[in-house]
Amino acid sequence: MTIGSSKPERRPDGAALVIAAILAGLAVIIFWQTSQMRLPPLQQRVGPTVFPYVIATGLVLLAIGTVVSAMRGSFPERSKDDYHAIFWIVGGLIGQILLLSTAGFSIATGVLFAFTARAFGRGPLWQTILIGSVFAFVVWFIFAKGLQLSLPAGLIENLLTTGSF
Amino acid sequence: METFDLLAQGLLAALQVHNLIYALIGVTLGTAVGVLPGIGPALTVALLLPVTYRLDPAGSLIMFAGIYYGGMYGGSTTSILLNTPGESASIVTALEGNKMARKGRGGPALATAAIGSFVAGLLATLGLAFIAPFVVKFALSFGPWDYFALMVLAFVTVSAAFGDSALRGLTALFIGLGLGLIGIDLQTGQTRLAFGVMDLLDGIEVTTLAVALFAIGETLKTASDRDQANAEVTAVKGSVWMTLEDWKRSWASWLRGTFIGFPIGAMPAGGADVASFLSYSAEKSFSKKPEEFGNGAIEGVAGPEAANNASAAGTLVPLLTLGLPTTATAAIMLAGFQQFGLQPGPLLFANNAPLVWALIASLLVANFMLLVLNLPLIGLWVRLLTIPKHWLYAGILTFATLGTLGANGAMSMGFGPVRISFELVLLLAFGVLGYLLRRFGYPIAPVVVGLILGPMAEQQLRRALAISQGDLAILFSSPISIVLYVVAIIAVGLPLIMRLRGQGSVLGQLATDED
Repeated sequence: MTIGSSKPERRPDGAALVIAAILAGLAVIIFWQTSQMRLPPLQQRVGPTVFPYVIATGLVLLAIGTVVSAMRGSFPERSKDDYHAIFWIVGGLIGQILLLSTAGFSIATGVLFAFTARAFGRGPLWQTILIGSVFAFVVWFIFAKGLQLSLPAGLIENLLTTGSF
Repeated sequence: METFDLLAQGLLAALQVHNLIYALIGVTLGTAVGVLPGIGPALTVALLLPVTYRLDPAGSLIMFAGIYYGGMYGGSTTSILLNTPGESASIVTALEGNKMARKGRGGPALATAAIGSFVAGLLATLGLAFIAPFVVKFALSFGPWDYFALMVLAFVTVSAAFGDSALRGLTALFIGLGLGLIGIDLQTGQTRLAFGVMDLLDGIEVTTLAVALFAIGETLKTASDRDQANAEVTAVKGSVWMTLEDWKRSWASWLRGTFIGFPIGAMPAGGADVASFLSYSAEKSFSKKPEEFGNGAIEGVAGPEAANNASAAGTLVPLLTLGLPTTATAAIMLAGFQQFGLQPGPLLFANNAPLVWALIASLLVANFMLLVLNLPLIGLWVRLLTIPKHWLYAGILTFATLGTLGANGAMSMGFGPVRISFELVLLLAFGVLGYLLRRFGYPIAPVVVGLILGPMAEQQLRRALAISQGDLAILFSSPISIVLYVVAIIAVGLPLIMRLRGQGSVLGQLATDED
């Protein structure tokens, strides 16, 4: 996102050019990976490589179309987004992913819950992590014990449901 | 008369206590998610898929259909009272409905929406019951080339025909198609685009993608977009009941809405939002008081609400008879069928007739339940709108990750003692993708439809080419496929011409979005 512009002026839309580059990149990856496939001769005619090539070709055409669209500035106007909120939510998700195996579902999800609330301006974190963990535990209990869904259990879950670690 | 017998048998099955309970859970959840802004039926069904894994297939599918119908009802409440549509098909309802609410006529607006939805749901479900057997008979003669043509048509209508840009619609579709390539090719056992990652061998789960795009993407967009006004809930004042005048003005609109909505849903011609928009224009031109449009004309609520419910029922025609999903919710319901080892299509009617007819009959039952839930209990649903955003979205993300872990909780990656769930990493990545798509004005539904329909289209294409030994001419060998391609070309070409002639804004409003 080089130029985060939203004005409909006659200047190439930088972000749209980046999108075009990404689409072209995806096409290259598909072409390259598909060409690496070793096929027995029998499959070659209408084998598993036909569709990937068709899709990669489509992506190339769409990338070209996106460049044209970027040059003409025909992308819709964009709102000014607040990236802090995004960092909080993405941070919450990463936190949950990293904590899940050691701290268990309730604490890990409590962190996600609190960070998401923080992205919407609700704090303080110590309080929302507590609320979130209790909420996540209740949900965990209903789904893991009531509906037999397999969810990762940690210290808290074991302690509260079996009385031991 | 065979249809009557089958439907009667289905009705008996649908009226069994456990099926009634599933239907009730479905319509209640559906209404709730329809009312809440930011989450729709597609996301809810996706989240519930892992939970229902061990439940009874018929019951689960009845519940999913209840959520779909309920979402269509609930969305109107939000549009009318909040002016922020709860689901995309209700955008048009907000035009007149919110004006009515501000004039203190919120009650009659909600009533005409609910009764209109009921009338439309009832007629359209009966339409589904009577049309489905004919489509099935017809579809039994389809060859792989016809199915491929049908899927091409579905791709085109989902991505390119409506919305303000065919380029962005098609791009979204091709992202979905590309994701559909990942994993083991079912016909040859070859691995494609898995990059040596074990978790990718089975391909990308439709539910993970849908939950990420809808729940995470929407949360990121709502949290970051400071322009989103904090809309206020308009209280329901005065009588909830419609006056005689209201009834007189509504009934014809309900019927017109139904007759517009059902074929649009059934023909793969776009989602419920297209139907409701067309119905709105029709009402405007039919109305005896066109000057009231824009200031709270009841016809402008009655017609579109009927149209979006009728179109939801219509969507089930291609889904059940051909296995062809044309909306995001239908795509996820298809994943729901597959979860139970069922493949929608003509054979489903032959092999699982009791299940199909119980499902269709339960839609009639769900419709009655929804009328009761949405008229007397409306005050309860309105209270859902007062949940603060920070708790709402924190809760949505909790359930999104819970559902994903429940579907595939394997912690297959990691370093040292820290193990990482690959499925959650995918969820995060697709969530960011969902945000970017929204930010740059790309539609979401084509990505989901592309992922689920892409591999199916490939299978049909390869079957066709295997029969013809690689001769592409076979794709155009049957009259059915030629007709379908012609329709597809018209569906791309007509909007293109309209855009060139400066009527693009009309199409922009027809954007097929979330559900």
